[in-house]
Amino acid sequence: MQPDPTPAPAGKTPPSGKTLPEVMLSVRGVKKVYQTDGGDIEAVRNLTFDLRPGELACLVGPSGSGKTTLLKCISGLMAPTAGEVLLDGKRVSGPPKKMAVVFQEYGRSLFPWMRVRENVELPLKNQGVPKAERDTLVDEALEAVGLSHVPRSYPWQLSGGMQQRVAIARAIAYQPEVLLMDEPFAAVDAQTRADLEDLIRVVWKKLGVTVLFVTHDIDESVYLGERVIILSSSPTVVQEDIVIDLPDERDQLNTRALPRFTELRHHVYEQIQLAKKGHRPAAAGSTTA
Amino acid sequence: MSSDDPASGGPAPSAGRDRRPVRRLPAKQLLGLAGIVGFLATWELIPRLGLIDERYLPPASEVILALVRDFGLTAFWISVGETMAAWFLGLIIAVALAVLLGFVIGSSDFLRKATNSTVEFLRPIPSVALIPLAVLLFGVKIESSLMLITYAAFWQVLIQVLYGVADVDMVANNTAKTYGLGRMARIRYVVFPTALPYLMTGVRLAATVALVLAITAELVIGSPGLGREIALAQSGGAISGMYALVLATGLIGVLINVLMRSIEKKTLSWHSSVRSEVIV
Amino acid sequence: MKALKTLGYVLALPVLLVLLWWASTLGAVNFFVPTPAALVGKFGEVWFGPRFFTDVLPSIARLLVGVVAAIAIGVVGGVLIGSVKWLRALLEPTLEFFRAIPPPVLVPVLILLMGITDSMKVAVIISGCVWPVLLNTIEGVRAVDGVLSDSAHTYGIDGWARVRYLVLPSASPQIMAGVRQSLSLGLILMVISEMFASSSGLGFTIVQFQRSFAIPEMWSGIVVLGLLGVAMSFIFQWAERHILRWYHGQKEVENAA
Ligand SMILES: Nc1ncnc2c1ncn2[C@@H]1O[C@H](COP(=O)(O)OP(=O)(O)OP(=O)(O)O)[C@@H](O)[C@H]1O
Ligand SMILES: [Mg+2]
Repeated sequence: MQPDPTPAPAGKTPPSGKTLPEVMLSVRGVKKVYQTDGGDIEAVRNLTFDLRPGELACLVGPSGSGKTTLLKCISGLMAPTAGEVLLDGKRVSGPPKKMAVVFQEYGRSLFPWMRVRENVELPLKNQGVPKAERDTLVDEALEAVGLSHVPRSYPWQLSGGMQQRVAIARAIAYQPEVLLMDEPFAAVDAQTRADLEDLIRVVWKKLGVTVLFVTHDIDESVYLGERVIILSSSPTVVQEDIVIDLPDERDQLNTRALPRFTELRHHVYEQIQLAKKGHRPAAAGSTTA
Repeated sequence: MSSDDPASGGPAPSAGRDRRPVRRLPAKQLLGLAGIVGFLATWELIPRLGLIDERYLPPASEVILALVRDFGLTAFWISVGETMAAWFLGLIIAVALAVLLGFVIGSSDFLRKATNSTVEFLRPIPSVALIPLAVLLFGVKIESSLMLITYAAFWQVLIQVLYGVADVDMVANNTAKTYGLGRMARIRYVVFPTALPYLMTGVRLAATVALVLAITAELVIGSPGLGREIALAQSGGAISGMYALVLATGLIGVLINVLMRSIEKKTLSWHSSVRSEVIV
Repeated sequence: MKALKTLGYVLALPVLLVLLWWASTLGAVNFFVPTPAALVGKFGEVWFGPRFFTDVLPSIARLLVGVVAAIAIGVVGGVLIGSVKWLRALLEPTLEFFRAIPPPVLVPVLILLMGITDSMKVAVIISGCVWPVLLNTIEGVRAVDGVLSDSAHTYGIDGWARVRYLVLPSASPQIMAGVRQSLSLGLILMVISEMFASSSGLGFTIVQFQRSFAIPEMWSGIVVLGLLGVAMSFIFQWAERHILRWYHGQKEVENAA
């Protein structure tokens, strides 16, 4: 079903400034100014970065730095004031078919009048996927997030972590080529969070999907990503773009205990502190560390 | 009904640097005004173009003129006064009865259970079913109006009060009990404040219903008021006059809505637990 | 045991009230109040004859047609107006005014425009019942959750699918609240349109009994209207429980938290 992409290049040689062979998602000079009655608010000044196919990148930045705004521009929910977003070389002007988004507010992103199964199934049904295929996809997705046992429950009968897993299952079943996640674990407890992080890595490897994962949690970004894009505080530019050269097989206990993990964490932390103080990168829009 | 009004409380500390309270209202109101003007223009044109005979639907300008003329007539204001008197008296009686019964029934589990079936059975009975009875008992006097208005408005308030009393926090109530507050004191300090938002909703709904029934009684039974004048104007062929009176009832309806909403807001602004309306 | 207790609670007060009524008619004959037995007797005699087909059924049919049409118009219009921002701003004040007009005044107006016909009576019901549904639907559509709307949008749920899977279910609690108001209003308007000017129908018949001082018959008519109201209320509650099961469940969970 899914065109088998090149195996995820996690842990391989970093791009090191060379032009990339292929680009899945390209954010070019995106700027967003909200026009409100109290005046204009510049949420994002100038963001430029590329994601290769099958890459898992984390986006971190201080609160209010425009991460959600950026995701809305990328997913075509909102038009950028300047610049453009290219998906597979084509300019994004509305929500693209190949893209799925998992929102932070899990409680509000599921249809409360539909059961778990119907929630996961709806996008596929709407795409006209035949019933038999739909059933397999939904079963697989629910299986993957460990929710095979509650297909007939309503979302509000589930715990917060379970609801977020339903939202993830819906995204997986949709078989997107690009998966955007906006602080998806911000409101779940620590244990569930660890489980969900591992789930994302598993799903990402299995489907070979390109993932852009927004978080404000530094540990999470280093643990999850192959790459971490750090945003400056508002007006927002890319503060730094670093490669996470941790082993591909990650594990909540061992990976987090690695000296390299601590180093990377320190580095990201420092950069964010600098960003908060208003320190700007030398050249706004640099793409590599 | 809408709860999206952030400006009801005190000066809320604005979070954003430049986020002042929404100020785009004028454009919206202008559009709304345009809607009203558009409606009046359409109404003006329909009879002028002969789509509907002018004898049955006079142009808007004529009707508005008739309404303005009415404003200068004592007879008009007497009718308005009669309608409003029936509305007000009926509403007051209904609210008083409903509050009394509501708190008595609501604060006893036994009474609540025992009356439930009767309430559910009497409530849906359309008040207009009582019209013949009212005529038999009172004829065309204001008492007929009052009977219908009171019956209809009573249930609206009673139901809301029952909901409100049921909403009382058991913990708060038991705490009050342990501190030795008597039944009356508990109703005064615990039950009443909780039920107040519900009560206000009930009163607002009842006010609208009461106006409908006041006009109905005047229209059908012929008790004095605007409704009767409308029926008389229609049968007497004073068509512009009839439409003018219809507009007048609409204006009264709008006024009552505005009034009740602002009373509701005023009563509840000091209240800590402003709750949204229950859908019953 | 428990069921018996519940039954006791349900029946005790109504039985008590009927007994009271019966006791009050024991003494002198009251012109205004028939005995329970007389009422029951009249009820069968008056309403289960030809009158059932000439007066009761046509009234109910007009009521049904009117209410269903009003709901359809209100929901369709409400979805349309609620989804288009400028349209809402344009029409809302005008609609609020129409909603504020006490619907019974539409009876003389529509008689003037349409004559005393069946379609006039249906039109009265429609033009009175449409406002609660319309305005509640607008409110409901407006209040569709932003995140939910974004979710649907990113999954390509647009156009009719959006209405079908997102807008209508999301607005259904408000729509049902409007429908409830419309139902009781519809019954009132049905009766008024028949009382005001008509030569058949429930409302007409009851007024006729009253004018000829046929008191037990008049009371039996009041009972018919009451039963109709109760039946509609039960049907509505049943339908509402099914349609809004998710809503009540969600509320319960939220309240428990
Ligand atoms: N709809 C809007 N209208 C006006 N301003 C907005 C709007 N949405 C966001 N903003 C402003 O844009 C800026 C960036 O907001 P955004 O939600 O994108 O930040 P964020 O990085 O996602 O923050 P957080 O980590 O807290 O979620 C903020 O200053 C915010 O006030
Ligand atoms: Mg955000």
